[in-house]
Amino acid sequence: MSLKNKVAIVGADETDQIGIVPDMTPIMMHAQAARNALRDAGIDKSEVDAVFTCGIGGMASVQLCEYLGIIPHFTDNTMTGGSSFEIHVEHAAAAINAGLCNVALITHGETGFSSRNRRGPRPSYGFDSSLPAAQFEMPFGVGGPPSTYSMAAMRHMHEYGTTSEHLAEIAVATRKWAQLNPRAMMRDPLTIEDVLSSRWIAYPFHIYDCCLVTDAGGAVVVVGAERAREFKKKPVWVLGTGEASTHQSLLGMPDLTQTPARYSGKAAFEMAGVSHDDIDVVQVYDSFTYTALVTIEELGFCKKGEGGPFLSNQRTAPGGDFPMNTNGGGLSYTHPGMYGMFLLVEAVRQLRGECGPRQVPGAKLACVNATGGLLSATGTLILGSD
Amino acid sequence: MRRVRRRQFFDATPPSRYVEVHVAEYAKPLPWPSPETRPFWDACKRHALSLPYCRSCEAFFFYPRQFCPRCFSWDIEWRDCSGRGVIYTFAIQYRPQMPGFTPPYVTAIVQLDEGPRLLTNIVGIEPSPETIRCDMPVEVTWEDVNEEITLPLFRPVGAEAAAS
Repeated sequence: MSLKNKVAIVGADETDQIGIVPDMTPIMMHAQAARNALRDAGIDKSEVDAVFTCGIGGMASVQLCEYLGIIPHFTDNTMTGGSSFEIHVEHAAAAINAGLCNVALITHGETGFSSRNRRGPRPSYGFDSSLPAAQFEMPFGVGGPPSTYSMAAMRHMHEYGTTSEHLAEIAVATRKWAQLNPRAMMRDPLTIEDVLSSRWIAYPFHIYDCCLVTDAGGAVVVVGAERAREFKKKPVWVLGTGEASTHQSLLGMPDLTQTPARYSGKAAFEMAGVSHDDIDVVQVYDSFTYTALVTIEELGFCKKGEGGPFLSNQRTAPGGDFPMNTNGGGLSYTHPGMYGMFLLVEAVRQLRGECGPRQVPGAKLACVNATGGLLSATGTLILGSD
Repeated sequence: MRRVRRRQFFDATPPSRYVEVHVAEYAKPLPWPSPETRPFWDACKRHALSLPYCRSCEAFFFYPRQFCPRCFSWDIEWRDCSGRGVIYTFAIQYRPQMPGFTPPYVTAIVQLDEGPRLLTNIVGIEPSPETIRCDMPVEVTWEDVNEEITLPLFRPVGAEAAAS
């Protein structure tokens, strides 16, 4: 049984403000994004009977439903970091298709920037000191994403000849998209030379290889196919879904140059029954330039190891023949911590033709892939419009 | 030397463990040897790199588990390794990613001659993109942190012992 064409995204939006939003907390952002996405669809909150979320305490959906005043028939707190929301779409499709719910609300909200300065009790790191990373990685100064992704990228550079210039191409092309998006945080011109001469964060990553840290929230609304045309906007069909995870710790990574996108991507493309050449616009996670590069390889858009040359010559920039991360990405648009929601919202906007100066002409088919953890867990969606 | 009881950095569970550390000298996170990893850390105290070995696969694996992650055999033993290997990958951290670390410092995955890979720091070498390469031969060197914990660090083969 396939989930192809069984559900559609009928509402998608973000918080009113993204970037640096010191007067909002994460749960305020969840709620405001939910209101905006429901308004986008023209659905009343009272119709929501399923809630999918993570990142607000240990019982995220329970907390959010209390806050919003929703008594759900179905909830899902799947937490796979930045890829959670793509995976929520798959789970929502399964639940709706099984008749367990009708209107699924998927929400995100984080204040990655402003939380750094807040007082009050802080949640722990979330690590159990007996787990592998706490015993065998953190004592050596490895923990934050720059410290782990950098070592994966270095191995890719060593095995396949990927260069700093290849990575810089992605930062520059993504910035060009951001320059077309008034909501993007970073819109100044950026050149390859700027990237290569910028300071190191974690060699081989320059600062422009690393994503932003911002405040932002987003939400989408998913309904079954039979209801999809009732709402204000044209439906964005879920044609293919896939999820996979391969490791949590760096030492547990089966191959440092791979990601589970090879599994989630294969599943999504097979379900959708489309080929890579059919895809009009690609939204992939860019926590680092390298994340996007390796994901494009793992999804099968090019041969393994050839992501650098494949994405070079500003091929992914506006006007290029491989439009990628058209909102400006986590590198230049926004990145509150778990960026996957924004890949999803941008894909919906592109497929609806709502993107103004950055609209990819005639975009009908999108590939979305999000990555969570340390290249640990991915969700892939193939989305399409009529 | 001033000694205090100090809660370990990552403290969620198991319930509060206290270890003796010399706070003035050592502020980095310390491992908590769990029942299945205790032989590794005990061996480190005697400056030996002892890793779990699967008697079914006839191969080492790491990190330590009660069973072999390849074949799910629970027939494992501990064997000492040579302490020699090569840098499988590395990065130079220009921002402290954990408390107590002074950048720049080198994080690396070392592939031991016997096969398994460990995450570690490379010491005894200038932390610079010009000096460090993948496949560089390295050997273990020991940092005795306290009575319970000795950390295995690695240095280029032939370098002076210079644990930071």
